[in-house]
Amino acid sequence: MKASSFGYARPASLAEAFALLARHGEGAKLLAGGQSLIPSLNMRLAAPELLVDLGALGELEGIAPLGQGLRIGARTRHCEIERSALVAERAPLLAQAAPHIAHVAIRNRGTLGGSLALADPAAEWPACCVALGAQIVIASARGERRVAAEQFFKALYATELAADEILVAVEIPPPAPQARSVFLELARRRGDYAMVGLAAQANRTDGQLRDVRLVFLGVGAIPVLARHAMAAIEGKAADAAAIAAAQHELSKDLSPNGDLYTSAEAKLHLARVLTGRALAALAR
Amino acid sequence: MNPMLETTITVNGTRVTRRVEPRTHLVDFLREELGLTGSHTACEHGVCGACTVRVDGEIVRGCLTLAVQANGRAVDTIEGLSDSGEIRDLQAAFHERNALQCGFCTPGVLMTAQELLRTRPAATRDEIRDFMSGNLCRCTGYQSILDAIEAVLIARRQARPA
Ligand SMILES: Cc1cc2nc3c(=O)[nH]c(=O)nc-3n(C[C@H](O)[C@H](O)[C@H](O)COP(=O)(O)OP(=O)(O)OC[C@H]3O[C@@H](n4cnc5c(N)ncnc54)[C@H](O)[C@@H]3O)c2cc1C
Ligand code: FES
Ligand code: FES
Repeated sequence: MKASSFGYARPASLAEAFALLARHGEGAKLLAGGQSLIPSLNMRLAAPELLVDLGALGELEGIAPLGQGLRIGARTRHCEIERSALVAERAPLLAQAAPHIAHVAIRNRGTLGGSLALADPAAEWPACCVALGAQIVIASARGERRVAAEQFFKALYATELAADEILVAVEIPPPAPQARSVFLELARRRGDYAMVGLAAQANRTDGQLRDVRLVFLGVGAIPVLARHAMAAIEGKAADAAAIAAAQHELSKDLSPNGDLYTSAEAKLHLARVLTGRALAALAR
Repeated sequence: MNPMLETTITVNGTRVTRRVEPRTHLVDFLREELGLTGSHTACEHGVCGACTVRVDGEIVRGCLTLAVQANGRAVDTIEGLSDSGEIRDLQAAFHERNALQCGFCTPGVLMTAQELLRTRPAATRDEIRDFMSGNLCRCTGYQSILDAIEAVLIARRQARPA
């Protein structure tokens, strides 16, 4: 199908973008990589008056050190995160997750900020940002504010972002010296959205896992932090008994909805499988 | 009606300027404004890969890129790659191994395969399969496509001075 008619603006500054949002209100839609928005326009699921293309805003681009951590601009493309040596060193979880997002041609255009703003429940970046304890940097004509990734995702496809706000960057805290991360995902076919995925992060000291973060995608409306499973493994060596205990606790953390392809029971089972693999890998 | 916007794109090495509607995506622009009908449209929501073209040297979905977004950029299509000889060996291998039947997916498959050959010369067969996963073919069953790409990958690797 073809999109209905819309106007197009490519502001040269954030101030200009805010002015366009103020003038057009609900009729305006921000355009980043377009890899989720343009399909919905082509299928006429959305029919905005005006697209505000963020493509000329240099301040939204790029990956830079922030102390010992990282700041990644909202317009940074999936492929740039996948290739970045700085990301591989300071937030390897993101480098591990990137190849699971769609296909190369889509990763060449889709952006970090677009994925977070869209908040698809099966998307990789939202779960990774929660696992990493990232801060989401949001700007509007009223100024800038920071929201922890854990608080940013509100409900299915709903976030903290107000209609007049733009997600400008993600800030990722420095990794602990013993930090380890694993990203695992089960999909029906390479590049498809996940049936179930797991972004896992922990520090390994003296053979024990500490500060364990297990964040699931594809099992709820938003990324799900598996607090009971995390508590079960905290401070333990990831031996068979501890892993089994964490897997058991998962039924308190997850109440997945079945979808067209995977029943709720199957999703919970697959989440347990991924938990076992991830904890073993974190401890290795 | 929204105003048409003047858009200049270097297509297969030639600069063209046209006034386009913002909603026109790049494949429709190439096909309908420029008559370059090698890039195909099918699903128009990013799933099939029939519309694959290069923007500034990287493959993208032509149905998920607006023509106005390509303003000031370089676009290469299957016609350009074919005329320049860049993929002559790949085309020959597809022919030899029957890696196409109806040919509808073939331009997109060749664009993606060429990106793989350029960026991952050491790819294994599983990596080729992963890389090509975003291009659907309703005819061949994929094995012959993988065979052809793998053969060219090996041939180009051997041809390159160590
Ligand atoms: C076939 C296919 C398969 C895919 N598979 C996956 C997958 O497996 N995993 C996955 O995570 N994604 C997948 N995607 C989606 C892809 O990753 C998108 O790139 C991503 O979801 C959106 O990013 P974008 O930059 O393209 O945003 P756009 O499509 O441009 O925008 C998406 C939404 O976010 C808003 N927005 C964009 N940027 C900002 C900003 N800076 N501030 C505020 N709002 C903003 C837009 O207004 C829009 O509502 C797939 C897409 C396709 C077509
Ligand atoms: S027509 Fe573009 S991906 Fe199918
Ligand atoms: S050859 Fe017919 S779709 Fe691929």
